[in-house]
Amino acid sequence: MDIDVLIYNTIKNSGVDLILSVPCAMLKGLLQVIEEKKEILHIPVTREEEAVGIAAGAYLGNRVPAILMQNSGLGNSINAIKSLLEIYKIPVTFIMSHRGAEGEQVIAQMPMGQATPPLLECINVKTYFIKAIKDVPVIKTAIHVCQESMQSVAILLTRSLWKVNK
Amino acid sequence: MKRIDAIKEITKILTDELVICTLGFPARELYDLKDRAENFYMLGSMGLASSISLGVCIAASNRRVICIDGDGSILMNLGSLTTIANVSPSNLCLIIIDNGTYGSTGDQKTYTSMKTRLDLIAKGAGFDSIEVVEREEDIVPILSRNIPGCRFIVIKVNPGNAPVENIPLHPEQIKERFMRSLG
Repeated sequence: MDIDVLIYNTIKNSGVDLILSVPCAMLKGLLQVIEEKKEILHIPVTREEEAVGIAAGAYLGNRVPAILMQNSGLGNSINAIKSLLEIYKIPVTFIMSHRGAEGEQVIAQMPMGQATPPLLECINVKTYFIKAIKDVPVIKTAIHVCQESMQSVAILLTRSLWKVNK
Repeated sequence: MKRIDAIKEITKILTDELVICTLGFPARELYDLKDRAENFYMLGSMGLASSISLGVCIAASNRRVICIDGDGSILMNLGSLTTIANVSPSNLCLIIIDNGTYGSTGDQKTYTSMKTRLDLIAKGAGFDSIEVVEREEDIVPILSRNIPGCRFIVIKVNPGNAPVENIPLHPEQIKERFMRSLG
């Protein structure tokens, strides 16, 4: 199965019923699947922090939101993760392409790529690395942990996922 | 008219509307005037009131949602206006109480006290229904009008905070009673 379809199915089968997205070249296939299937409400947003706000509001109305974004957008989301999601115990799943890691060609991605895992650890967001096709079921685990613990989680999708399978 | 006078007028029309209110003095004044389970008081994450409101609108499409935001905070999240105008939730009334200052941090001027016009920004973002209210007595009639679709309303007020206390509720308490009020 196509890796993007596999990731999509895993997200859908985990109960996610709202996706907020900021595009990334690594996520273009997945975004295309989301748009074609039209099974999960998808709202593109202008900035990652905005997505955190929409996700929080939707959770208050019993939706299960996930944010699809590039890890670079973590930088502008940290205050909202702490002073909105954490204090009210609103769980949101962040599904991020991990730019600035192995195989990266864009120099500007490197600093944030390297800082992303320690930043997530620093703000107490449990992080799951999806590096190979065998790791994809972990996405479901992560989304369930998020919902049950009432704490946001991050899922980092690595470039190798697409390199190997396409 | 100051902010608290505008909020007082808004509370007059409330029945079962869900209200999302930006942090600092706006939330504190609303709490002081009319606390209710349907009020979601922001305590942090400045700028996100309109985004949280959009999320609530999507999830509770059968309920009217009123967002009480400020000029300083909406200026932090102008992209939100483009998202909201395009999603265009028919149950949202986005109210900006515009006093031209960052009221909760010492009344430093915002750009709406200079050249910037929020109603024109909303027009460019794609809102269809835009109103600017300058008189206190016009607030209730305008909010009571049955206008279909997503509304953007700017209420122009003078700077100044009311002498109200901090909100004594714990954030989880605010969330839980708000969620229960959605049924």
